[in-house]
Amino acid sequence: MNLLRQTNIQLSILLVVLFVVFSLGVDRFFSFASAWSMAIQVSGLGILSLAMMITLLKGGINLSLIATTNLCSLTMAYMMNLLTPGTEGVAQTAAIVAALVCGAFVAAIIGALNGFIIAYLNVSPILATLGTMTLVKGIAVGLTAGDVLSGFPSAITYIGNGALFGIPFSLFVFIACAIPLAIWLSRTPTGMFIYMIGSNEKATRYSGVDTKWVIFKVYLISSMLAWIGAIVLMGWLNSARADYVESYLLITILAAVLGGIDPFGGAGKVAGLILALAILHFISSAFNLLGFSPHLTLAIWGGILLAAAALAIKTRGLQRR
Amino acid sequence: MLELFNRLRSKNEFWLAVVLLALVVFFSLTAPSFFTIGNLNDLLTQNAFTGILCAGLIVVLIAGGIDISFTATASVVQYAAVTLANMYGMNWIILLLLAGALGALLGAINAIFVVKFKMHSIIVSIATLNIFYGLLIFITSGDYITTVPDYFYDGINWFEFQVGRRTYGINLQMALLFGSFILTAFILKATNVGRQIYAMGGNPDAAQRLGFSIFGLNLFVYAYMGFIAGIASIAHAQLQLNVTPTVLVGRELTVLAAVVLGGASLMGGVGTVLGTILGVSLLCVLQNGLVILGLPARWEGAVSGLVILIAVSASALEASRQANMRRAARKGQETGVAA
Repeated sequence: MNLLRQTNIQLSILLVVLFVVFSLGVDRFFSFASAWSMAIQVSGLGILSLAMMITLLKGGINLSLIATTNLCSLTMAYMMNLLTPGTEGVAQTAAIVAALVCGAFVAAIIGALNGFIIAYLNVSPILATLGTMTLVKGIAVGLTAGDVLSGFPSAITYIGNGALFGIPFSLFVFIACAIPLAIWLSRTPTGMFIYMIGSNEKATRYSGVDTKWVIFKVYLISSMLAWIGAIVLMGWLNSARADYVESYLLITILAAVLGGIDPFGGAGKVAGLILALAILHFISSAFNLLGFSPHLTLAIWGGILLAAAALAIKTRGLQRR
Repeated sequence: MLELFNRLRSKNEFWLAVVLLALVVFFSLTAPSFFTIGNLNDLLTQNAFTGILCAGLIVVLIAGGIDISFTATASVVQYAAVTLANMYGMNWIILLLLAGALGALLGAINAIFVVKFKMHSIIVSIATLNIFYGLLIFITSGDYITTVPDYFYDGINWFEFQVGRRTYGINLQMALLFGSFILTAFILKATNVGRQIYAMGGNPDAAQRLGFSIFGLNLFVYAYMGFIAGIASIAHAQLQLNVTPTVLVGRELTVLAAVVLGGASLMGGVGTVLGTILGVSLLCVLQNGLVILGLPARWEGAVSGLVILIAVSASALEASRQANMRRAARKGQETGVAA
């Protein structure tokens, strides 16, 4: 019975049940095409969910996540459109790498700004990232006036849409983010400090951990993951714009909480997040095949979040507010 | 004089007022059309929707919660209330009461999950935002309502007077904006419920032990937020003369930013109506003034973001300065006793 109380076991059971029900009940659900489109969608969203997750683990939040993603993809798109036309071979590779580095630079600045304000000035994470979200999106809108930048080299569209061994390449990118992050969180001192800060920041500081530096790193890494997410998304959508995928902000929080990550910090695993992402996308793709509106899916996801959080609190008997 | 300054400098409202005044003086000197009755009229009318919502959100923040579902509540109520008004007529009073009641009903759902299931209010309101908005767009397919009752075209025009060729007066947006802030101030300052809300936000455990009904108070707070959202949605519909279900959602964080700029703490128990009014005025005046000065409107967001970041950083620095002073004072006392 104890086993059934574990979040990941519950999620796995739910996942299997949904898979069986949808495979039997929904035409074309159990097909290569549907698995393919699900895998592509999960990878972009998944990388951003990882970025949200580590801030939640330490008891924070990163509301500037999507704004960072969009400013990164706009920067990279601008640089690529500037540098790559007329180039070939090595010159083109160099131009693409230069553009990617510019994106990473933007992400690092935003992450460092978040980290500095939250860790060293003691501003609450919701407020600080609300401010950077408004600022970063404002800069993106100001520079582009809401225009779309598109037309990228094939290497970028390959990252978003291409296949390797018959599997979407973006899924490999997601896995290449998820596994190191999972190991980092569970097997290194810094990872453990993040959980400790999430459950009791003061106690962690008094036990000699440089909590400010750890918190700074959390927001920096969250921002760098947003940069990787930006590369995947700009490749997938083959364009960049100041207000793309804004609904993802809430979905990343939804996926994290559904995946058993305590929104107050201190508990949660990467595996739970991945299971939650799979559950959400089973539902959305089944509904999509049934011809329901994506807005209905959004409503159902909201309902699932309430149900999951309520159920978790009832079964775990959490005593925290 | 110095003593007065020292007392004032620890007040958030003082600094907000100083900055607001500086902005008003600066824009008045640099942009001739800023300090005019016409611009004041536009400023109040255009920003009424945001302002009214601030009057509701401040109560939620003082109670120690957070709500971002109110824009979805407003969208649902706007659609439902205007549809019903088109079918059955009604007048302003009945329409506003209906909108308020519908909003309160939707808002109250948040309270049930926050208290009965002990869930974090931000998670609850993220979920209800998606549920309300998702269902609204699913059911209406995102269609506009282009017909509104006849009395929408007249609006209300109180205390009219003429300046040049234009007639000014109190319109519906202003009346609802002032009304909401007066109502919120009354609840927080003059009623027992208001004081209990401050107490609960400051220390929920102590409030419970004093015998306050935590569920009842939260129910009131979130229903009030919903009520205000319903009222705001009518102000918006009358200004636009149509209902577009997709335009309101997405503004929730601007409202939160304005209230937080006004000094409300996300930890609960802290915040004033005056601070909120100053906070939202500051954001709106800044945007309005910069646009008049010729800054393209697309830079509005960047400017607000910068202001929010500076404001929250400054108030965090001031808070830690005060904490340090208290600690130093305590140390001084201890050594004094030892000597």
